[in-house]
Amino acid sequence: MAEREERIGRLHRQVAIVTGGASGIGRAIVERFAEEGAIVYCLDLEVAVHEPPPRVRVRQADVSRASDWTAVVEEAMDDYGRVDVLVNNAGIGTWETATELSEETWQRVIDVHQKGSWLGLREVLPKMVAQGGGSVINMSSICGLVARPEAFAYHAAKGALTSMTRNAAVTYAPSAVRVNAIAPGFIVTPLTNVQDAAINDEFIARTPLGHAGSPLDIANGALYLASHESRFVTGITLAIDGGYLAQ
Amino acid sequence: MTAARGGTGRFEGRVALVTGAAAGQGAATARRLIAEGADVILGDIEEGRQVRRRTDAEATVVFDVCEEDGWQRFVAAALDRHGRIDVLINNAGAYEPRPLEETGTELAMRLFRTNQLGPMLGMAAVAPVMRRTGGGSIVNISSTAGLLGAAGIAAYSATKWALRGLSKVAAAELADDGIRVNCVLPGLIDTAMAGLNRPAFNRAQIARTPLRRIGAAEEVVAATCFLASDESSYVTGAELVVDGGATVG
Repeated sequence: MAEREERIGRLHRQVAIVTGGASGIGRAIVERFAEEGAIVYCLDLEVAVHEPPPRVRVRQADVSRASDWTAVVEEAMDDYGRVDVLVNNAGIGTWETATELSEETWQRVIDVHQKGSWLGLREVLPKMVAQGGGSVINMSSICGLVARPEAFAYHAAKGALTSMTRNAAVTYAPSAVRVNAIAPGFIVTPLTNVQDAAINDEFIARTPLGHAGSPLDIANGALYLASHESRFVTGITLAIDGGYLAQ
Repeated sequence: MTAARGGTGRFEGRVALVTGAAAGQGAATARRLIAEGADVILGDIEEGRQVRRRTDAEATVVFDVCEEDGWQRFVAAALDRHGRIDVLINNAGAYEPRPLEETGTELAMRLFRTNQLGPMLGMAAVAPVMRRTGGGSIVNISSTAGLLGAAGIAAYSATKWALRGLSKVAAAELADDGIRVNCVLPGLIDTAMAGLNRPAFNRAQIARTPLRRIGAAEEVVAATCFLASDESSYVTGAELVVDGGATVG
């Protein structure tokens, strides 16, 4: 344990905000970042009752509400004077086709993924510019790059995220702010656990590695993109998909 | 295979082969793998005594990556010492900037042999060895010249496009064996290779790069090591661009 404490983490004393951090991929990212020395603001709609790991501050927030973003970023600035990493991970799964989709569902999907990520960027980017740099990671999906059947709104939102990533990368690079995305393939999360088993089976059958990924697989990719290791990397969408996109 | 919580020491107990390891990016890659615990066998077309001293690697095999018997010697060196191969970094590359009309067969074939045929033979040579031990990770060093129409470097650009395709084929073919194959696509990096360009070309490249600078070999190494390590155990057939955003816009 003592040996563990002595190792300088790869995000030593960095201040990170991770949305959708209470479960699944977000939770793995929160834990992985904290393990590597970061102070992590973990945002979610529903705040878990269990004790968070050291260095993790759990805050209730709706990413589609600007005032929630303002409150969290103000708190981080008051406490630490900086925000080094933003992970726009919050998402919801919907499976309706274009013709089945209601306006309410469409709006909610766009609000959480697309508007939520934009509001996060709007609040955090000025702080990163002022402090001389930072790293943003947007959680896209292979559905942001290629098509699977159904889940129309999800594709729309994830496609927008890859495009927003590229634009923000080019716009803020002169201020040393990097913006990248991750495109997960099939990852075992509460979101995929509730969907039709046939969909999951078909997805895995089309994945060359032949198995589902774990939230930790995504967290390790996010760690690389968040850390100094990737300081010459911006505007990319990193596929962590068991080879789904390769064939 | 499950994802690893790496950090330093991501390559403890792993055996890695690195080609083009005598200088620049290859040497930097070897040093980093060794620092993180790997046993590294170096390959280069040049005599490598100097390299060995600089990197503490225990063996150097002098061979040309476009020769199959050279690969057999390289693989045998690893198997003799360690009995396994976990990582292959196809880093060796040849570069000579020349526009289409001035390229010709000789140059095209020379770049083809080193940049395209070499990695293909390398993957074919290590695949059976990795398969026996349940998997491995292959990282091919392509280039952003393989991502767009890079004016003035016809033959090089073509081989780097080809290497991307080859990597995806290998990823698809070898996934069942737990062998992952990925590409790193560096942009303009501060190594001897960039020195072969006209200064005006490099200046124009940097001006077009959103992060407004040339990359460092270490930054490519970090990407390579992420893909080589178990931290990326669910990543295969992927491409990691390390170019300061130059190809984003």
